[in-house]
Amino acid sequence: MNREASAVPPEAVPVARATGRPAAPAGRLLLLGLLAALLLLGWGLPRWLNFLLTLALAKGLVVLGLVLLMRAGLVSFGQGLFFAAAAYAAAFAIKLWGVREAFLLLPLGMAAAAALAVLTGLLAARYRAIFFAMLTLAFSMVLYGLLIKAYPLTGGSDGLRVAVPTVLGYAPDPQRARVLVYYLAVGAVAAAVSLVRRQAGSCFGYLTQAIRDNEVRVEYLGVPVRRAVLAVYLEGAVLAGAGGVLAALAVGHVDPNLAYWTTSGEFVFIALLGGAEGVLAPLAGAVLYEVVKAYAFKYTPYAWQMVMGLVMLPIILFLPSGLWAPLERRWLRVRE
Amino acid sequence: MSAGVRMTAPGSAPLLEVEDLTMRFGMVTAAEGETVTLSPGEFVGIVGPNGAGKTTFLNLVTGYLRPQRGRIRFQGRDITGMRPAEIVTLGIGRSFQIPQLFLSLTVLENVLVALAAAEGRTLRPGDPLHRPERARAGLEVLQRFALADDAERPASALPEGGRKLLDIAMAFALRPRLLLMDEPTSGVSAEEKFVVMDTLVPVLRAAGVTAVFVEHDLEVVRRYAGRVLVLDAGRIVADGPPDAVLAPRSEA
Repeated sequence: MNREASAVPPEAVPVARATGRPAAPAGRLLLLGLLAALLLLGWGLPRWLNFLLTLALAKGLVVLGLVLLMRAGLVSFGQGLFFAAAAYAAAFAIKLWGVREAFLLLPLGMAAAAALAVLTGLLAARYRAIFFAMLTLAFSMVLYGLLIKAYPLTGGSDGLRVAVPTVLGYAPDPQRARVLVYYLAVGAVAAAVSLVRRQAGSCFGYLTQAIRDNEVRVEYLGVPVRRAVLAVYLEGAVLAGAGGVLAALAVGHVDPNLAYWTTSGEFVFIALLGGAEGVLAPLAGAVLYEVVKAYAFKYTPYAWQMVMGLVMLPIILFLPSGLWAPLERRWLRVRE
Repeated sequence: MSAGVRMTAPGSAPLLEVEDLTMRFGMVTAAEGETVTLSPGEFVGIVGPNGAGKTTFLNLVTGYLRPQRGRIRFQGRDITGMRPAEIVTLGIGRSFQIPQLFLSLTVLENVLVALAAAEGRTLRPGDPLHRPERARAGLEVLQRFALADDAERPASALPEGGRKLLDIAMAFALRPRLLLMDEPTSGVSAEEKFVVMDTLVPVLRAAGVTAVFVEHDLEVVRRYAGRVLVLDAGRIVADGPPDAVLAPRSEA
């Protein structure tokens, strides 16, 4: 185990430190600037770009949670489970109980994701590496199967319509609702980013890194590793749940593909594209992913996956820590 | 921890009682009816040939392995079958033959994580690891182990002797009553051995820690242990002060 750990490449060391320490004021300023830009963009953007950005932010939330897991040394190939569960929870609430308030649907979806995470996490937290990845994949595919087969409840492969939400009692027309959902996504992302940043320099943040480095030692510090892994897993699930509800509200529709393995694969793809460190990399990765996908889909509708593959190849070969991460390391680096 | 039973005044009651401890791996007997009692304040060296069961003894006492037979009591409390994390919180620390460090963290951060664990705060997402009081306590621990100059270096940059000390410092940061050390001087050059031990032993004595250390170098055992256990094929074949147990110096 120790041998393996010493094989960590030397450049990984400053990375750990950059993500670990509380950020410098310059970093905070950059983040506030970005937030202001996102808020302003809500007005000016054309409809399709607004939609694309909302979806990217929703997926960025999921990837933020996935990256937390990756920092603990775990790759989940099944975040679609929580993404879909939360989206369907929102769709059910609208369909069955007529709840349309976005500020109710969001916590409801996150709670559904959390409940599923506790259930599946008790098993998943016992496994590592490829076994963890396959188990999470299996869980998500079980949900996919259920959603497909339970036609009377879920509408099968057609899915369910998600009505236009109300926001704090205000019932906007569909066009305004789109902008409101965008702002909801910006708000959720801002909250998530500030929490994740705080966590990075905290005891818990360091503990997850310690678990990736050496589980035996963590156990011998008197910390039950499984409980810590379960906590990160739960955190990732709640973020994925928030992303799922936002995506459902943005698209206005849910279908079983949200739980399909390619959706989960997309999240891993984005995590690798942006880089598994910092807080902005997952978001930048998600935006870039959605833009590339939109254009690939437009110009090569029958071969867009191939285009995505061609984009991914040089990144894996030449920028193993992702596109955004090296930039973030430079800008948000802490100096004391 | 509230359930811990202290039967009499500290100093007189045994700290660790091991009774009939037995563990076999297939045909290999790693522990066979080991029975031994440690009193607070003792410094015990464990010696024996390779495969005698020295590391197995530490693995059994700290819960890494579950014994097939026998009981282990710590401060009067039965800890047989508990998991390492639970046993550690009761007050048994352990260091490793191959140092088990967090190599992507700095030397200081390694100790800070240990301190946070001792406070039971590792699951708190809102508590900054580098909190000033904790950082000060961490530096103090590093100073005692002569590692303060390396505090900001990555743990992966430490030489072997430094890694050994950091490994022990992390266990020490938990304020254990009993510290089990697996070959604290292995992989360290002959001259460095005494440096490591001379750094270590006064710190442990000053903190009133009872220590058990596995050691191959009989000269080290003679100099630092007050009591020696000799293991062979999983049995305790000798137990007593070094002069009585170890061969005279000329034969060593």
